[in-house]
Amino acid sequence: MAADIQSLEGERLTIGRIAIYALLVLVALYYLAPLYVMLTTSVKTLDQIRDGNLLDFPLAPTTAAWSKAWSQACTGVRCEGLAPYFWNSMQMVIPAVLISSLIGSLNGYVLAHWRFTGHNVVFTALMVGCFIPFQVVILPMARLLGMADLANTTSGLVVVHIIYGIAFTTLFFRNYYVTVPEELVNAARIDGAGFFMIYRRIIFPLSLPIFMVCFIWQFTQIWNDFLFGVVFGGADAQPVTVALNNLVNTSTGVTEYNVNMAAAIIAALPTLVIYLVAGKYFVRGLTAGAVKG
Amino acid sequence: MSATPLTSAVRPVPPPAKAPPRKAANDSHVPPRQANSSRFGALADAWLPRLVLSPTIIASLVFVYGFIALTAYLSLTESRMMPNFEFAGLVQYERLFGIERWWTSAANLGIFGGLFILVCLAIGLMMAVLLDQRIRHEGALRAVYLYPMALSFIVTGAAWKWILNPGLGLEKMMHDWGYTSFTFDWLVDSDMAIYTVVIAGVWQSSGFVMALFLAGLRSVDDSIIKAAMVDGASLPTIYRRIVIPSLRPVFFSVLLVLAHIAIKSFDLVMALTAGGPGTSSDVPAIFMYQFSFTRGQLGLGAASAMMMLATVLAVLVPLMYLETKGARHGR
Repeated sequence: MAADIQSLEGERLTIGRIAIYALLVLVALYYLAPLYVMLTTSVKTLDQIRDGNLLDFPLAPTTAAWSKAWSQACTGVRCEGLAPYFWNSMQMVIPAVLISSLIGSLNGYVLAHWRFTGHNVVFTALMVGCFIPFQVVILPMARLLGMADLANTTSGLVVVHIIYGIAFTTLFFRNYYVTVPEELVNAARIDGAGFFMIYRRIIFPLSLPIFMVCFIWQFTQIWNDFLFGVVFGGADAQPVTVALNNLVNTSTGVTEYNVNMAAAIIAALPTLVIYLVAGKYFVRGLTAGAVKG
Repeated sequence: MSATPLTSAVRPVPPPAKAPPRKAANDSHVPPRQANSSRFGALADAWLPRLVLSPTIIASLVFVYGFIALTAYLSLTESRMMPNFEFAGLVQYERLFGIERWWTSAANLGIFGGLFILVCLAIGLMMAVLLDQRIRHEGALRAVYLYPMALSFIVTGAAWKWILNPGLGLEKMMHDWGYTSFTFDWLVDSDMAIYTVVIAGVWQSSGFVMALFLAGLRSVDDSIIKAAMVDGASLPTIYRRIVIPSLRPVFFSVLLVLAHIAIKSFDLVMALTAGGPGTSSDVPAIFMYQFSFTRGQLGLGAASAMMMLATVLAVLVPLMYLETKGARHGR
């Protein structure tokens, strides 16, 4: 770090600037520390965990805790590790993300370029869905899913995530599509292009960046969701967050911190990988959702 | 920091057919289409947009507004294990306000929400201002500050539960280093447990606040700052008097988002303390979950959910009112 500072052209290394860098690096360490602790703990043996301390480097790294977390650890009654729940989450998140994004894209297209009387009222009314605490809808939803035979199924969770994700996806696409020049759409209309033709030929080809933002946002939201998972997932369709919580908060027997930490990393891995690969879009989604929402 | 349109990628519109060159209207008036399907096409274009939007509108009416109404009604009945649709007035609210645990969780939400928002704002703003000083490796640092936001609150909770573990975590580490009088047992201290939630929550969300403020700082007009510098204003003065006041809209969004996270916070508390020791770190979201789904008190659960909605509204409505008022005055 120090070498970099010196090599910065024309920059004077005042005490103030050194202090700024020191502070920034210190804070970075604070953010990284839990990840370091999780990683090292997950490859330590229980003995080293008991004898050593948090920041110790693993003496004899072992992946035993990882394989236990993946396939044997007890999440409540069952002891099959996180694997089945990890796949539950995958089966839930992929269709939910794709469908909610596609619907959001079409909605955004309508709201941005096919204004009808009252389109603003409709938009505002839809946005309320972004703000409600979901606690206020889960009781009727639990009953409805029960009546529709979707309780404790992955399909049920997919439906719920689509329904309550559409408000966000619509917001994303609408705010993006209003920046597509109206003249472009109007010109196509004059040329006789219809509703879907304009979407397919003009709007959709422009949408790759916003689809990325939307996919990543929805994936992170749905993968990380706990409330819907714990209420509607039951024992069979439980997503990985619920299983992780059960594993960590199981009070029987010796707490195996290395297994807990390996499990936590497993549950975090998909969203972390996405963040590393497509962080730019992730940040864009966060700020777009927040600033406009 | 909204997404930019990629106008350069626009495909050329198909060559003009022999459509009458009429001016297209902005609203639902549809220009005539060429060829044999013109009437059908016009009709389709008039109705397709509404048709496409209607499932969403219906879903919103039923699953958002309808379900809120149902929950509201449920909170006015005697429902316990099974829903009971006989109107009973405000009984559940009277019961709710008589339960000490509810007030514990409401107070905890106040403590957690207040501290969480304040500390996140302070850290986020400070980090954003520091990062805005033409810092080397800004991108890498920013990525480090933001990654916790990609994690589930359950993962965050699990990690901090281990770090703050009094027997083997931070406390033991300090003892090993020779600070034998160091104690940090907030996780198992019923007076302090809620503050561990603040620690973990701030760790997760402050980077996000930083990102929002940084985006705001980057959009501040440079010429004003240069003018102030020419006038001899010092950097801290410039920040205090010019830059930070111009971040007003960002403050609103940040407050909105943080308040929202705080009121909804359920998973973090579940993973970190599960509301314990006892019920000492309960929050309304946990109260609602436990009374509705493990204690079979549907009416009471519905009443507490309505109180959560009321809290969200009580925070959001004034904030949004203030923000739109601020926007109208042109800032």
